[in-house]
Amino acid sequence: MRIQLTVWRQPSPDVDGKFETYDVPGVSPDMSFLEMLDVVNERLMHDGKEPIAFDHDCREGICGSCGFMINGQAHGPERATATCQLHMRKFRDGDHLTIEPWRAAGFPLVKDLIVDRSTFDRIIESGGYVGVGTGGAPDGNLIPIPKPVADAAMDAAACIGCGACVAACPNGAAQLFTSAKMQHLNLLPQGQAERWDRTINMVETMETYFGSCTNHQECEAACPKSISIDFIALMNKDYAKAQLKQRRLVGQSFP
Amino acid sequence: MALDSKIPAGPLEAKWDNHKFDIKLVNPANKRRFDIIVVGTGLAGASAAASLAELGYRVKVVTFHDSPRRAHSIAAQGGINAAKNYKNDGDSVYRLFYDTIKGGDYRAREANVYRLAQTSVDIIDQCVAQGVPFAREYGGLLDNRSFGGAQVSRTFYARGQTGQQLLLGAYQALMRAVHSYGVQLYPRTEMLDVVVKDGHTAGIVCRDLNTGEVFSMSGHAVVLATGGYGNAFYLSTNAKNSNVTAAWRAAKKGAYFANPCYTQIHPTCIPASDEFQSKLTLMSESLRNDGRVWVPKQTDDARSADQIPEADRDYFLERRYPAFGNLVPRDVASRAIKHEVDAGRGVGPLKNGAYLDFTESTERLGHAVIEERYGNLFEMYDRITGEDPYKLPMRIYPAVHYTMGGLWVDYNLMSNLPGLFVLGEANFSDHGANRLGASALMQGLADGYFVLPYTIGDYLAPLLGTKPLSIDDPAFTESEHSVAEQTNRMLAIKGTKTVDEIHRELGHVLWDNCGMARTEQSLSKALAEIPAIREEFWKNVCVLGENESRNQALEKAGRVADFLEFGELMVLDALRRNESCGGHFREEYQTEDGEALRDDENYAYVAAWEFKGVDAEPELHKEQLNFEFVHPSTRSYK
Repeated sequence: MRIQLTVWRQPSPDVDGKFETYDVPGVSPDMSFLEMLDVVNERLMHDGKEPIAFDHDCREGICGSCGFMINGQAHGPERATATCQLHMRKFRDGDHLTIEPWRAAGFPLVKDLIVDRSTFDRIIESGGYVGVGTGGAPDGNLIPIPKPVADAAMDAAACIGCGACVAACPNGAAQLFTSAKMQHLNLLPQGQAERWDRTINMVETMETYFGSCTNHQECEAACPKSISIDFIALMNKDYAKAQLKQRRLVGQSFP
Repeated sequence: MALDSKIPAGPLEAKWDNHKFDIKLVNPANKRRFDIIVVGTGLAGASAAASLAELGYRVKVVTFHDSPRRAHSIAAQGGINAAKNYKNDGDSVYRLFYDTIKGGDYRAREANVYRLAQTSVDIIDQCVAQGVPFAREYGGLLDNRSFGGAQVSRTFYARGQTGQQLLLGAYQALMRAVHSYGVQLYPRTEMLDVVVKDGHTAGIVCRDLNTGEVFSMSGHAVVLATGGYGNAFYLSTNAKNSNVTAAWRAAKKGAYFANPCYTQIHPTCIPASDEFQSKLTLMSESLRNDGRVWVPKQTDDARSADQIPEADRDYFLERRYPAFGNLVPRDVASRAIKHEVDAGRGVGPLKNGAYLDFTESTERLGHAVIEERYGNLFEMYDRITGEDPYKLPMRIYPAVHYTMGGLWVDYNLMSNLPGLFVLGEANFSDHGANRLGASALMQGLADGYFVLPYTIGDYLAPLLGTKPLSIDDPAFTESEHSVAEQTNRMLAIKGTKTVDEIHRELGHVLWDNCGMARTEQSLSKALAEIPAIREEFWKNVCVLGENESRNQALEKAGRVADFLEFGELMVLDALRRNESCGGHFREEYQTEDGEALRDDENYAYVAAWEFKGVDAEPELHKEQLNFEFVHPSTRSYK
């Protein structure tokens, strides 16, 4: 296969970037998208040019490191697939592909296709955990959790934190990520003690860095793990409720 | 220097409890007077950092990832073992201990492994309390499944993403500690040296990957939780950025590297498709429950799988191991597949695999059952290869997967360098010569949550009132200088070979000569070839760009430079171990049936190597393994 590749090149955040186009002959359909980029990079280096910088690590679709826009779609055209798991056989000989980094105010650019997603860590830091220290946990079977509840929590917990939801959103909103991380815990019995504080803290931290949700649903379509926007609805419900709850009332039970 | 493993005296089941009582403690109010640096944020690093911070220590955490959550623990699929006996099938701490010692082919310390089995039950409780969504039964209790090397069901899992969920649990605990306990997080920061002053570990030297700035951190103790060295082989199931640099640079500062030749090869990975292949993908071991492994009887058979009649197929695992059939352990299956491919009977476009065929089980169980059991794996295979395993058999080939060797540590998880602790895959301690499935996650979390938080106090307590070494001390500035100098040196070569090209050469040499099967001849050949590749690297590597902005080729170059030194040690260790055990198979030492032949009389020791210079022979220190409670026997799977 022969591919025309137009890539966003920007050496550092304070230097203007631009698109550069490369002719890429000899692409095997069995290559993953990132392996195709590896080949482009090897050729660039042999020509004395700096390789394209892009984040990647596990290349099994689970670490969430990789991802960029391919022809305007986060992680490219294949549904429920991270860039590292996208293979060149999904494209045709002669295709022209344009790749650019995630573009969102919450993800400042580092270099070429690499962005800084540490704002996601700030959201988790604000409450995306169960506040139990090491030691003293009761037996794992002491709290039975109905299978459908455990399964729903796992559906949310499958989020890989890649940022495609933010990149796909016209508003640069992080609702899908935040709600998945929050509802994983809010759905479980272990997450109840801090449920309302967690909800308020995570939502408010999210809003300091990211845009607002206007129900475009692009996030769900782009998500490599097919996380459902139902979790956004659950987050909104919890947020409304948390605002009404008097969180300091002792003995307040959750419904 | 004599190696003191500090294994406590007394009966096996009382050793850990007695030890916890005997070691020194740091008063809660004094813990904040100690600075601890944790390098790496996988299961071991994140769990240790969170637990230490909760105790009150001042903790700094370094990771080269953009977020602690990216560490490669996240890719573990299968599960985590724990001796809970929830299935009422006779499991116990002693049985998990016994299975692990035997699975490791009697090359691990009894006391360490027993402690691992003891703490396994606490890990599950801790993770459940954190909200890890383990699989549940309809009654709401935790589900278990069985795994290789055990006759009980003791493996806890979260779909095929157990590593992800456990890591997110540890990561969230770490982020809570960042929020509530003042942990300082240094993402996109790579540790490039350990600083030792007057025989004690004083801190580390790091490079900020975004700015190229080299800076020092000092502390009372340094904890390395930096993973394994499988990527020495270039192609492995490890993440692309996994590397040996932190461990190796510690080794160059005097920490002993133990048993580097113990590498685990996983039999069911997707074969490489072409020379551009960047990594290999593992397919869960569970597939061998229902898949049958075969190759054509003819060499170079060009027919597609469905055109080859039964009579022309060789189900070689079933033929050679009638009792265990397709379910022989990882090392045995891997070697058998290699044997067929080497004989020219490999399948696929590059003739580099064997078939894993579900036709018979689909006929027996129905399409729906196979889909329910393996649907996600079949989908993953289809995504990667473009072939539908419901129609054509899968193609599989073994790949490097895990490394049992690592930095030598004592029972307290401290290396021979006082103040340098090593956790998880980065240490050598608990798996002997072969690791059982679902035990890596267990060890990482045991070390981080339940071992180090106690044992580090024993080292720190006498240091009360001392300050960490100033980062203006010459020990730090000299180290910073040498780190910066290596960077400049690599940038100045401007040669013609890329880092990956050289790394691939090293990988070929290691895989061909120090892979699944090793001989004195192949190892000697590798020992002769590696220094030449290393020389070429330092003369002809091409690293473009600058130090001052993000430069991934430069990062990779530093890691490959370390693999080029470390690879030689791995080969040397394999050459000196004149026996076969677990993942180390020397063809000269096998039984008539082709099984690993141990030599307990001469080789029941841990080989701990002391670095003496890049071109100098390292010095071997032996720690004798004593088996007081289990008697080593021969593993047989016929």
